Amino acid sequence: MQKITREQLIDKAVSLLENGTVEAVLGWGKGEFDYDVTPAVFKTADELKAGFVWNDFCGANFSKYLVAKTGKIEGKILVFLKPCDTYSFNQLLTEHRFDREKVYAVGIPCEGMADIAKVKAVCGEGISAINCDGEKIAVTTLYDDEPVMVDAKDVLAERCVNCKSKKHVAYDELLGEEGEVVDSARFDEVAKIEAMTPDERFAFWQNELSRCIRCNACRDACPACTCEKCVFDNPNSGVENKAPANSFEEKMFHIIRAFHVAGRCTDCGECSRVCPQNIPLHLLNRKFIKDINEFYGEYQAGAEVGSRAPLVDYTTGDIEPGEVFDRRDKNA
Amino acid sequence: MRKCSLDSMNSVFAEIAKAATLYIPADRTDGAAVYTKWEEGVVWSNALNTVRSPKDFFFPQMENLMEFKTQGKNIEIIDTRSETEDFVVFGVRACDVKSFEILDRVFLSEPVDSYYAARRAHGVIISLACTRPSETCFCGTFGINPAEPAGDISVWKTETEVFFRSNTEKGAALMQKLEALTEECTEEAVDAQKEKISAVMKKLPLADLTTEGFGGGKTKELFDNPAWDELSQTCLGCGTCTFVCPTCQCYDIKDFNTGKGVIRYRCWDSCMYSEFTRMAHGNNRNSQKERFRQRFMHKLVYYPENNDGLFSCVGCGRCLAKCPISMNIVKVMKKIGGNNK
Repeated sequence: MQKITREQLIDKAVSLLENGTVEAVLGWGKGEFDYDVTPAVFKTADELKAGFVWNDFCGANFSKYLVAKTGKIEGKILVFLKPCDTYSFNQLLTEHRFDREKVYAVGIPCEGMADIAKVKAVCGEGISAINCDGEKIAVTTLYDDEPVMVDAKDVLAERCVNCKSKKHVAYDELLGEEGEVVDSARFDEVAKIEAMTPDERFAFWQNELSRCIRCNACRDACPACTCEKCVFDNPNSGVENKAPANSFEEKMFHIIRAFHVAGRCTDCGECSRVCPQNIPLHLLNRKFIKDINEFYGEYQAGAEVGSRAPLVDYTTGDIEPGEVFDRRDKNA
Repeated sequence: MRKCSLDSMNSVFAEIAKAATLYIPADRTDGAAVYTKWEEGVVWSNALNTVRSPKDFFFPQMENLMEFKTQGKNIEIIDTRSETEDFVVFGVRACDVKSFEILDRVFLSEPVDSYYAARRAHGVIISLACTRPSETCFCGTFGINPAEPAGDISVWKTETEVFFRSNTEKGAALMQKLEALTEECTEEAVDAQKEKISAVMKKLPLADLTTEGFGGGKTKELFDNPAWDELSQTCLGCGTCTFVCPTCQCYDIKDFNTGKGVIRYRCWDSCMYSEFTRMAHGNNRNSQKERFRQRFMHKLVYYPENNDGLFSCVGCGRCLAKCPISMNIVKVMKKIGGNNK
């Protein structure tokens, strides 16, 4: 259950529309079922009342949409940002990817989002209704007479289980109470992979990445991937690859992408959320974040606007390249 | 019709696998079901359907078409195809079986695509009636009955038994090999099962979805509908919907320079991608709205216009489950078709 209600968000949006602060609202749109929420732009109070939703399935991070949406309007657009979304918001501002003046950001608290795949693992297919208003999530299916009661904690999305922050690092206005940066166990899984032998690690990633169908959803959802023309979409680049030579060649795409977003990835987890093949892509990015923390001291991309990421900064205290050999020998 | 106990299915799989490569839906390490080559130890999944569709067996994501080798002024053209061997795909749902009819009309029309044709000739489809359809299912919209799946052999599964009915010569030939493992039974044996499925179908949330407002001749009426702006406004432009779709059939043919020659290959393409159908003059669909519209107009208007009214969607629901922003053909149909009342 979310602490803030749909009605509170609609009231806020309607008042900002009516007093002329904003001319459009970026929000979560109602789907066919109670969980298939589609990001949408609302222009009127009637549209909001009819189609705006806020529940445990509003995981989509809107920050990246601001790049395209702010270019299309004269005035301001209202965007609702969960704590983790605000880090992407700041990172995009650091990279000058949208006009801050055209955005009115409302921070909203988040109790964690549910993963519908986890819900279905408990309740099966055939969900006719999901009610997230109570302490537990009530799932009605076509096959059970009574709703199945699910503990929200048991179906939390992976990125929410390992939530890194309940704190909003950017907003014009905050609804509800401000949270804190959370001590998370998000690097535990990375540590497990680091502890593997090289062969085990290779086998692990081979199993995961050979499932890739190269739909590009991870890249297209990623707030750090905002190149106007991705090198992989450009036929003149010489690397526009539409077909892998073998089932594991797509690893190259994912490794290159992880390098490209290193130091800029805020660990929002959209890549893994959207992957149709359930590849834990966030683990690649977390490995980079973990290394950066260990090499250069704690650094959280997007924690503030304009910060210099360690990989594009130089200090005399930077570690020497030889470190890579020391670590390799240590892990061998 | 013949039957066997559910417990003896492993022997059935083993028998089929003796004669041809057999693929069955099995659970992967991440929990999702995928068609997996059967060998001892591979367990038949209980999942409703696979993430990737069985289209992949006949129209793979990538295949080499031919090779060119140059020596001086001579070009040698090499056929890179290996002989297609017999294979059996088990557990194909009614929706996916229907998708083959849609693909056949594209690939088996003159000029026949010999790569696809060879695999169709060598493949045996064993379908599987549904027992627990999902809320995302809407095969009924396209006249498909999940209680009566087509294919070379139709299979029904109950809590304890599995029933087989062969529909084609290929199917009958395969059933003959299973004679020792199965016993004769009457067609009525699966009636109760069929009724159960029909009852569920009526309760599905998308049971009322119709194709009203779509079909051949609707281009002018639908093309400039202002709703395309709204429907496509948050589309990411990824290719998930097209790649999990059992009926999407667009591809690209490209040449790969090996340094000593050229490998000409074919790979899936997606109308969602910015370089799709790029021509010498550039691209004719420059916005995501135009690309988005193309996908749905193709399935709901252009394809039926060229194929006697047959729609190129089978209601399998994969795009509903997998689209990162949960935008899909159902939402499009409800917004701009006759369902929007």
